[in-house]
Order: sequence, then C-alpha cells, then structure tokens
Amino acid sequence: MTAVEPAEAASGPPPRHRIELAALQGTWRHELALFRRYWRSQSFASMFEPTFMMLAFGYGFGSLMAVIGDYRYLDFVGTGMVGTAALFTSVFPGMFNAYIRRVFQHTYDAMLATPLDVHELVTGEVTWIAAKSSVYGCAPLIVAMAFGLDPSAGMLLVPLIVFVTALGFGLLGMWTSTIVPSINSFDYVITGVVTPLFLVAGTFFPISALPGWVHVAAQFNPLLHCVELVRHAVFGVRPLADAGHFGVLLLFAALMWVLAVRGMRRRLIG
Amino acid sequence: MTTARSLAGASSSPSGGGGPAIALRGVVKRFGGLAAVDGLDLEVPAGICLGLLGPNGAGKSTTMRMLTAQALADEGTIEVLGHPIPRESKRARAQMGVVPQQDNLDEELTARENLEVFARLYRVPRAGRRAAVDAALALAHLTGRQHTRVDDLSGGMRRRLLIARGLVHRPRLVLLDEPTVGLDPQLRAELWGLIDALRAGGTTVLMSTHYIEEAERLADECALMSHGRVTARGTPADLIARHAGSSVVEHYGPPERLAEVESLARAAGLPTRRTGPSVSVLRAESIPDSLADALGPDGVRRAANLEDVFVVLTGEQVD
Repeated sequence: MTAVEPAEAASGPPPRHRIELAALQGTWRHELALFRRYWRSQSFASMFEPTFMMLAFGYGFGSLMAVIGDYRYLDFVGTGMVGTAALFTSVFPGMFNAYIRRVFQHTYDAMLATPLDVHELVTGEVTWIAAKSSVYGCAPLIVAMAFGLDPSAGMLLVPLIVFVTALGFGLLGMWTSTIVPSINSFDYVITGVVTPLFLVAGTFFPISALPGWVHVAAQFNPLLHCVELVRHAVFGVRPLADAGHFGVLLLFAALMWVLAVRGMRRRLIG
Repeated sequence: MTTARSLAGASSSPSGGGGPAIALRGVVKRFGGLAAVDGLDLEVPAGICLGLLGPNGAGKSTTMRMLTAQALADEGTIEVLGHPIPRESKRARAQMGVVPQQDNLDEELTARENLEVFARLYRVPRAGRRAAVDAALALAHLTGRQHTRVDDLSGGMRRRLLIARGLVHRPRLVLLDEPTVGLDPQLRAELWGLIDALRAGGTTVLMSTHYIEEAERLADECALMSHGRVTARGTPADLIARHAGSSVVEHYGPPERLAEVESLARAAGLPTRRTGPSVSVLRAESIPDSLADALGPDGVRRAANLEDVFVVLTGEQVD
C-alpha cells in the first residue's frame, strides 16, 4: 500500500468547482425518470397557470386600458408573463424539490454516495429546472400570439432568456431550501420574497408608474431584467441595454450558484 | 463520458495491489463538543468482510459517512482503495457501493428505474448498463417486480433493492450500514445469503451492525467500536477466546444472589455480565474449585459467544 499521505494533503478539500458532464448526466437521468412519470401534471400546471393569469389580467385590465406606452396592453402582459412563468417554474421546484429530496426522501444522500459532488448535484438539478422553464416560459407568448401578438425573429431568443433567468431563480429556491428551518417556513419566502419579485417586475404595469424608491429598488429585481429582455426580444432589441440586462441575470445566477452550493454543502456534508 | 473505470484509473496512488481497501489513521470527527469518532485507527484488508460492531452512538455510521466524504474528518487521514479522502473521494466512490441504514430509494420510481438512475450515476458504460441493471435485479430476486413502483414493494424487497442499487456497478468495496436492521429473521437470513455471495466473489465488505449473530455469521473479522474508537479486533473466535474464554456459567436468582455471584467472580478476577435475571461468569473454564464451590451448583454452563465479548467490552446490552 502507498503510505498514507500527510494529514494536510489527505484531508484537504476535494476539488470544488470542476463540473463533469457525466455527473450532470446522472442527475438528469434521475430527473428524466421522474419527468416521464409526472410530465402531464407538471406541464398542465406550468403552462396553464401563467396562461390563465395572462388571460385574466390581459382581458381584465385590458378592458380598462387598451395600450401602455407603445404596446397593446395584451401584448404588454403577454410578454411580461413570460417572466412570471420563468419565476414560478423555477423558484418553486428549486425550493420544494430540494427540500423534500434532502430532508424527507434523503435522495441527495444516496446520490452523493456515487461519484457526484455537491456542486454537480446543484448544477445538474438547476439546469434541468431551467431547461423545463425555458419551454414552459414560452407558453404565455404562444397564447399572446393567438390573441394578436405579431411573431418576430427575436422571439427565438426567449427560451435562452428564460433559461438564464430560471437558473438564478431555481438556485435562489435551492438556497432558501437550505436556510429554512422547516418546510412551512417557505410561506415567509413566498410572501416576503417571491410575491414582491413577481409584482414589481413590470409585468402588469410599467414600474415608472411606481414611487421613485420602488423604481430604484426594482432595478435589483432580476425578474425586471428578464421582462425587459423578453419585451426587447419581441419588439426590438436594444443592444447596449440588453447586454446590461443579460449581465444582471448572469450575475444573479452566479451569485445564487455560490450560495446554493455553499448551503447544500453545509447541509449535506457533515 | 467519464466512466467508473476511467475515474478509478486516474488515482494519484495505486489502489490495486495487495494493500488494504480501507485505512483510517487517528481519525477524529466532532459534532460540536462531542467526539463521535475519537482517534480511530482501522485497516480493512482487501477481500474480507469486516464486521464493525458497537452500540448505538459508537461512531459506526459516522465512520461509514467519512469513507464516502459525506462527513469530513477533523483530524487524521483516510484512504479508500488507495485514494486519499476527501481529496479523491469521487474516484473512491466510483469503485464502492453504499447500502445505507436508512431506506433512501426513490419511491416514485420503479425498481428498474431506481437501478437505471444509479447505473448512470455510477457511470456504468452505456453498452453494459442494461445488463448491469438486469444482473442487479436478478441478484435481488426482483426481476419479476422490476416495473413495480418502490412504494408498492414490501419491506424485504425494498431492502434487497437497496443492496442491489449499491452493487449495480460491481464495486470492489461495499459499505453496509446496518443492512438488516428492523427486518424479521427470515428476511435477515435472505439478505445474509446475498452478502455471503458478495464475500465469496472477492468483494471487500465493511458491515456495521449491532446484531452479534450477523457478525458471527458473516464477518471474517470483527472490530468492536466504543466511544468512537476500536477497542478490540480479531476473528470472532479470537475475540471470544481472548475476552470471554471458552465457556460461560450463567446463574439465575434474585438480585441479592446475582450480586453475590458477581462479587465472588470479580474477587477471583473473572469478568461477568448481567443479562436481565441472570449473571454470566465468563472464562468459566478458569473457575477454581474453591470459587465453584462458593458459587454453588445452580449455574448453567454454555459456550462463550461474541455477545459476551460485546457486553464485556462495551458495557452495553445487545438488542
């Protein structure tokens, strides 16, 4: 046998940030097996909920105001609801799936006994969530097109925008799953964090209509940047501004990845 | 794609050869102020089944988790299959299978899907994946129930599936953490057959258990853990001979009588153990005639066993 290496070398931390494709594929295989079983219910909720909201707000408020700025109100809401779909289809799976699999099912414990590290587990889980969101996030846009939104080439960018947005929010959900003391505590997160993010994102009304301080605070809401990007992709790209919006989304995802990995490592590795 | 084989092959130190499969040196693991593992030294030679015995809280499960780097040692060094842990834990994990004490199968998936997922996670090459899953199902006698959801399987089937999941990639080392805890005797015997087959196939097995009979039946060697360290190590026969002698005399009676027997035996330097309404005097073959007369003729003689060793060394009763 080779002599046991010095303590400081042997007990040093494993390489933390190298992500192997094979490890991600393992997590995706798990997600795929579950998705095959539940795709109907998942798709129904993920696609129809934002669609119903879009129809309700679009036609409800739309009957009160036909246009907002340069947009038909229905188009304004239709494009805005893409952000809502991205938020809901990522932050909730991030929160609940991660919590249930870690605390109740101990699925993560089982997976981490295989050649899979925590950062790969987090990355694999969130990329699956984001991939699904990038499909479901297009549902409001398709409905809006059915009600008169003109198709444009820029719409092809929407799945990418939603993917990056969902990475950030999925990771936000995973991180919060590591800091809540019980599953019931998600009520605080949903009411105190998710709902304000959802309401102050320029989805149903322009944030310029809000008080100045809210307008400033909204700039820190990643969902606002997603909504802006989607509108620009649909109605006309503004390269400089959009680079900024995209940068914010990437920064948000990167920050959340670090927090989610740290949180998961703290909870899963004793 | 990286496979288990290529992961294993990239070791910084040779993991093959005749070295131990597991080597822990001076390992300490603390949770707050409590040392769950406290200066543990343990070597497991390749190809044997080592039973890790100890009462609840002895540090067995923590030790198991440190071998997969799911718990990190505060002090000491750990090497598994030639890989230093946790630095190369991923490479070690690719070559070992883990059967946890707690059932953590995915209940929403079928038996086959569970194995398929883990074959992928363990990086079984695509060409051999189906055969590996089929073999694992056959090993667990679940071929006929492969498409049954886990939450519809019986407790015994789930336990067999849990073992099959840890073996789907044909590991060189298997960690079994209380593999038969909570199972009825028939299911336990069934799983012993599975573990026996593993051992016969040359797989190294580290099995924590607090079932003495299980350790006697399956383990080539036993290590007794107490308060986070190994207090005795050897083959079951060695341990019995060393710590309990060849025979034991059990005395039954009221508490005063048991106290008297204990007192007499201890005065003669013989270890004793209490078992409910009886006191057992160990190393009964060494009882001098004078003590035998004092103890009286009411004792029942039997062969010493590993349970006697366990109780004497840990001071705790077995389940």
